[in-house]
Amino acid sequence: MTATFSLTGPTPTADSASTAPPTGATVQLSAVVKAFAGHTALNSIDLDVAPGELVALLGPSGCGKTTALRTISGLESIDSGRILIDGVDVADTPTNKRDIGMVFQAYSLFPHMTVLENVEFGLKMRKVAAARRRERALETLEMVGLTKHSERFAHQLSGGQQQRVALARALVTRPRVLLLDEPLSALDAKVRVQLREEIRRLQTELGITTVFVTHDQEEALAVADRVAVMRDGRIEQIGTPEELYATPANAFVADFVGLSNRMTAELIDGQVHLHGCTLNLLGDPMPDGPVVALVRPEDIALSTEGIAGTVISSSFLGSLRRTRVRLDDGTVVAIQHEVERHPQPGEAVSVRLKGAPVSALPPKLTK
Amino acid sequence: MGILGAAVPHLAVAKVTADVAAPLSPVEPAPAPASPSPRAKPANQAVRIGAEPSTLARRLILGIIGAIFLIPVIAMIEFTFRDGLAGSYTTSHWTGLFGEDSARTYRGLYQAIENSLVLAAVTVGIVLVLLLPTMVLVHLQFPRLKRTLEFICIIPITVPAIVLVVGLAPVYSVVVKVLGGSTWTLAFAYGITVLPYAYRAIQGNLDAIPVKTLSEAASTLGAGWLTVLWTILLPNLRRGVLAASFISIAVVLGEFTIASLLNRRNLQTALLQVSQSDPWVAVIFALAALALAFVLLLIIGRLGAASPSRRKS
Repeated sequence: MTATFSLTGPTPTADSASTAPPTGATVQLSAVVKAFAGHTALNSIDLDVAPGELVALLGPSGCGKTTALRTISGLESIDSGRILIDGVDVADTPTNKRDIGMVFQAYSLFPHMTVLENVEFGLKMRKVAAARRRERALETLEMVGLTKHSERFAHQLSGGQQQRVALARALVTRPRVLLLDEPLSALDAKVRVQLREEIRRLQTELGITTVFVTHDQEEALAVADRVAVMRDGRIEQIGTPEELYATPANAFVADFVGLSNRMTAELIDGQVHLHGCTLNLLGDPMPDGPVVALVRPEDIALSTEGIAGTVISSSFLGSLRRTRVRLDDGTVVAIQHEVERHPQPGEAVSVRLKGAPVSALPPKLTK
Repeated sequence: MGILGAAVPHLAVAKVTADVAAPLSPVEPAPAPASPSPRAKPANQAVRIGAEPSTLARRLILGIIGAIFLIPVIAMIEFTFRDGLAGSYTTSHWTGLFGEDSARTYRGLYQAIENSLVLAAVTVGIVLVLLLPTMVLVHLQFPRLKRTLEFICIIPITVPAIVLVVGLAPVYSVVVKVLGGSTWTLAFAYGITVLPYAYRAIQGNLDAIPVKTLSEAASTLGAGWLTVLWTILLPNLRRGVLAASFISIAVVLGEFTIASLLNRRNLQTALLQVSQSDPWVAVIFALAALALAFVLLLIIGRLGAASPSRRKS
């Protein structure tokens, strides 16, 4: 099942097979600016993607993540800056010469072609011989588990199957860079999880440098080696999922990556003093003074004694429950706890901090 | 009778134009889960305004509209069997067409038919070579110009043919100097008159498929612009293109005013001329033109219903 073939070199023309270990290209965006009718979609973006790495661009709608992806693909031109693939500036190279693979949010299979013909298309453009083409296409379809659907048309497949075919079509040429533009957002939850795991498996096996755009933080954290959180055309923070989760650079990142409770605290001698507890500070040292502590819901517990509060609501989330509590000082906090405990709205409860280290921000950065 | 012959295909075309926009989608939705038929309704449900008409009402509407179309056609057929004013019937008008000297007798008419077919072909060529790529380009690259293009394409339907001819007359005096006075040059004028119909047919199809996504997907796979147009877009715009072509053919075959006022000979002007000496033959040819228009409409309807898998098989 592991793919060991290579159809393309730096330029998309070859019909050669190679058993060399798969390696992707480097992708670099340097001070890339792109504006649409006065609106700056990309505001001097810098991004380095290592060979074989999967980087997720994460952010809310309109933050510029899709524009960034489209500039890499060449579907959007850039106003200034440089885009380098394997060190070569491709800013002026047309899309069809960039040797990339791309999967779109909308099902983009060619409706007049069968699944097999769809997958063969990229090889046909590279003038691969018909027999070879068919062989490669079937191999790639086998990788995504759709060999038996090779003679079907797009409208005869489910959404998940269509995206699998789209993935196979993008991978069959062994592109230098794989670009995924919210490929899972049109799928239902279960298929989304299955397919994202499949994408990760294939990407790891083939070693293709991949940029994955998503607005779903869970998805980004699950599949990416590194995640770039974007807002208003800028990258707010880039790092491993663990880094982003544990040490968000600001409140926006903290809010967007996971859930954080913002609680007013005091920083004294490098330690966070919060509701009578002293907690270690995560990340870079900060000057003493008032701060906003970012406390994860799993770092707060319902308790028999501690900070008094009243339950606002409680939601069942499958393996855990999330309860919102209004503390006596008016702060509303979300608490993650076991499902067996089922607090009722209006119930008086006590909460306590578990003592885990927290991130903190100067109050001016919390907006 | 020539006027009738000229007018009827236009009526047919107007109906097609209204119908082509909706059923052109080549992408059929995935099979929906089993659900109650939208036509099924509880027995106690009150009839409401705007509800789907009953079977009886549908048949009645169909019958009335059918009668409006069929009665003139039946009258034309009956007319072709009349034996002068005697009140008796004969097949001689039909058999005369296949007589030994018919080629000589109706040479002018046959020449006019040939002219009309050439005009239809050149007009379709103009639509495919100029209008289609322009529409695709505007759709993909210049979507802001879509309204402008639509406005320009709709204009000919608002301008009476006689007004169009007044404007075209000085233009054609130049065309004659450059290209000669051949009948085919009329296709330039017809290319303008068919614009509203061809535009609607193609636009309906363009709106029904994700043209931008398909083009972008193809180009990321290594396809250049011409390959995208030829390999990806044209097969998916097949229905719109064929509908535009057939409608253009129907319009050209039924056109009278421009040809007559610019002194060109086409099917309709010839039918008018023949009708003055042999009205029965003129009606027979008018019926043939109608039959051709109906066949084209049937083909368009079939195209709208066909799925990719059926086409493939």
